[in-house]
Amino acid sequence: MREAVKFGNILRFMTANRVTYTLDSTLDSVNKAEETAEKMAVETGFDEDESQRIAMAVREGAVNAVLHGNAYDPQKKMTVSYEKGLGKLAIIITDQGKGLDLKLVPNPLEPENLLKNSGRGIFLMQAFMDEVIVRNLDPGTEITMVKHVSDPAAAAQEEKK
Amino acid sequence: MSMKSSSRKVDGVTVLDLSGRITLGEGSVVLRDLIRDLTASGNKKILLNLGDVTYIDSSGIGELVSAYTSVKNQGGDLKLLNLTKKVHDLLQITKLYTVFDVRDDETTAIGAFGATK
Repeated sequence: MREAVKFGNILRFMTANRVTYTLDSTLDSVNKAEETAEKMAVETGFDEDESQRIAMAVREGAVNAVLHGNAYDPQKKMTVSYEKGLGKLAIIITDQGKGLDLKLVPNPLEPENLLKNSGRGIFLMQAFMDEVIVRNLDPGTEITMVKHVSDPAAAAQEEKK
Repeated sequence: MSMKSSSRKVDGVTVLDLSGRITLGEGSVVLRDLIRDLTASGNKKILLNLGDVTYIDSSGIGELVSAYTSVKNQGGDLKLLNLTKKVHDLLQITKLYTVFDVRDDETTAIGAFGATK
């Protein structure tokens, strides 16, 4: 059973373990996605450092959706879903942009790219998360990121709360 | 918290004390403007004190790189001072730690400008 809650310009759907936000293509939405990710990560049982890295990966994904995908178009929305499982957190970000071809994203660690002032977002997502899956929605892009708790005891403890 | 900055001059080096977040839409634009204004007025020895910078995203990293190349291209030098562990780790994984001249002591950092310029 899904419950829809509308407040302001944010539409939120909830299922037992999954909550989805539909957000405008703005920097405020990026900040909101990041803050929610950190809160969810703590609730899942990640420690402070890990939670901040997860939040940063989500920020990069949200920037990718809002800036590179939707290009701040007020007609286009970003959705961010957070799914808490036992000992893991999955975040799925979608946009309605022109799509993303990972093969065309240069490796920012190559010497010729080191001094470029952009192009590190996908790399940081991959560095901070266990899995990053990019899927073309035609139109749009879906990025799924998953992180597993390295201390299962802590995750079980959070689950009991 | 968005980024805050203040500047001071020590032995011909402009020290920019930054605090808060250097991220897209917040600190990154401010940093770009600060560097542009400094270099335009002839201040080309710049020490960025990041001791109170709590967070940098990929846009902020890009802005640091851009500041570095911009100052270097104008014949100046830009060094980083007092990285927090988080920022240090970020520069390590992006392989930028070895690109920047990173210092943890202000007096030594100021002296190093004289040695190179």
